[in-house]
Amino acid sequence: MKNSRRRFLQIAGVSALGLGAKPVLNAFALGGGKGYHVASGEDALTAEQWAMVIDTRKLQTAEAVEPIIEACNKIHNIPTAIDNKNHEVKWIWEDHYHHVFPDKTNKFLDEAVEHKPFLLLCNHCENPPCCRVCPTKATFKRESDGIVLMDFHRCIGCRFCMAACPFGARSFNFRDPRPFIEANNKEFPTRMKGVVEKCNFCAERLAIGKMPACVEASNGAIAFGDLYDEHSVVRELLKENYTIRRKQTLGTEPSVYYIV
Amino acid sequence: MLELAVKGNKWYWGWMVVLLGVIGAGFGLYLMQLKFGLGITGMSRDVSWGFYIANFTYLVGVAAGGVMVVLPYYLHDYKAYGKITILGEFLAIASIVMCLLFILVDLGQPMRALNVLLYPTTNSVLFYDAVVLNGYLFLNLVIGWNVLEAERNGVHYQSWLKPLIYISIPWAVSIHTVTAYLYCGLPGRHFWLTAILAPRFLASAFAAGPALLILLCLFIRRFTNFDPGKAQIQALAKTVAYAISINVFFLLCEVFVGFYSNIPGHMDHLKYLFVGLHGHGALVPWMWASMIFMATGIVLTVTPATRKNETSLMIACIVIVLGTWIDKGLGMISGGFVPNPMHQVNEYAPTMPEIGITLGVYAIGALVLTVLYKMAVGVKEEIHD
Ligand code: SF4
Ligand code: SF4
Repeated sequence: MKNSRRRFLQIAGVSALGLGAKPVLNAFALGGGKGYHVASGEDALTAEQWAMVIDTRKLQTAEAVEPIIEACNKIHNIPTAIDNKNHEVKWIWEDHYHHVFPDKTNKFLDEAVEHKPFLLLCNHCENPPCCRVCPTKATFKRESDGIVLMDFHRCIGCRFCMAACPFGARSFNFRDPRPFIEANNKEFPTRMKGVVEKCNFCAERLAIGKMPACVEASNGAIAFGDLYDEHSVVRELLKENYTIRRKQTLGTEPSVYYIV
Repeated sequence: MLELAVKGNKWYWGWMVVLLGVIGAGFGLYLMQLKFGLGITGMSRDVSWGFYIANFTYLVGVAAGGVMVVLPYYLHDYKAYGKITILGEFLAIASIVMCLLFILVDLGQPMRALNVLLYPTTNSVLFYDAVVLNGYLFLNLVIGWNVLEAERNGVHYQSWLKPLIYISIPWAVSIHTVTAYLYCGLPGRHFWLTAILAPRFLASAFAAGPALLILLCLFIRRFTNFDPGKAQIQALAKTVAYAISINVFFLLCEVFVGFYSNIPGHMDHLKYLFVGLHGHGALVPWMWASMIFMATGIVLTVTPATRKNETSLMIACIVIVLGTWIDKGLGMISGGFVPNPMHQVNEYAPTMPEIGITLGVYAIGALVLTVLYKMAVGVKEEIHD
């Protein structure tokens, strides 16, 4: 049952927006990459705006965050074997506090905070500048649940969205990524060269009633839920804990919160 | 009029062959890029726009600069420019052709370029940029061609051209304004996030465009029987003098705001460009060269004696073209990406294939310009015979 529905998700080249003009587009769509169908089955998880709370107190070491990153890399066919730093593709990765929160860095910082890893990913901003600048609507904010998605078949690779994202969340396929995928997941599309990609909050998993892969792999360190449901797990956490977000003064309203 | 472009001496044809050679080589490299991907360039996850977009930005300026002869002639009835408006319009055409090509070679999926028109997205500045650039190309083609043909036939140009000519003047301003808006509306890119970016782009454009035009006029006078005129060149030189001074003034305004406010986000990019940041400073010598070039340009064009002397004026124009190219091309675009949003320094330098493709595009522009100027000069020579 689950399986057949999952296969249904692989239907090529269709995404939530712009269905009407799609046939015209297909004439231009090159390469074998498949888009993913974002229609949802009956046990799909829904929300007004998905949000994430990362409890960094529970993620003190590189060993703690590694399986989380790996889970994402594996199921999303991330070309992890690319060794040229310039061409790196990352959906979720780790960095130090002062890179993650450059505007909240004190000269003298709690040593534990200074040394522990912080997870970075697309913030699925409520006012996403990446979507504002895209000339083709290849990246768009899904009305139904606020996830910022990519249509790999429509993207022209102008990289305007990369210049617009203030969080460095986007990667460009500077070359064909397929030879560099280590764990090939047949159930998720691979991408072609020349298009931009980023974290999709596991839209394909939410559609079949599953939590995002990183959340599942985090042993409870990452919570995921509806920002506008006051009983959701993220709202409970936000109520009880002091949280920070990346560069919230820029007004993009990131949906990823950190408990430090 | 095209027949004028196929009559030429051995220098003309030699030049064309050289250009075709460069175009061929550039095209070969582009095929390589198509096959491999943009990975053959020096761009990266952090510096995601490089040489192509930098040259695009510069050439939008050159195209807009053409208006500096069109405007005085049509709006202020400055008759002397009547002789050379066509040179400004044709320079704009060649520049826009290069701009569009630079955008095209920068795309990861160029076959999908038409998606911009198939899915018009009115919240994207890139959409407007495509519209104004193509519109400007169209306007200049129609105006330039018809006015020149009328001149050849010894008649006044058609009256329906007049509104198009008037529209083309603010349109020239719009192309560079919209191009600046590509950059200055992005949150988190502090180097570009400044209201003075569009005015600064325009100032640099109105220096670089006319400076290039002066060099072309001097060349035409030397090698053809058409003299664009001493008064015309001097008038252009004054435009250059004002514009380059304003450009440097705007830059100093940026420096003041950044350093007096002492806000790191505003200072870091300037520091990276002029003194280096965290031990990285690949652009430092370039930026200082640019400053010296532009300062020299100001001294030579503002001082009456050196402005009136055409040899020193020529030197002034050369250093102004180079200085503004480094400032806007090299510094402005990659400087905006360094440091990255995580405040890490990841530098950029173009690769050989990237430079080769860039030269190929410039060669196409030079070819277009040569053909257009050959026709324009041919018509002028006919009339004066
Ligand atoms: S983090 Fe960047 S890519 Fe993600 S929604 Fe916000 S602006 Fe867009
Ligand atoms: S690279 Fe693709 S997704 Fe990004 S702005 Fe351009 S067309 Fe849109």
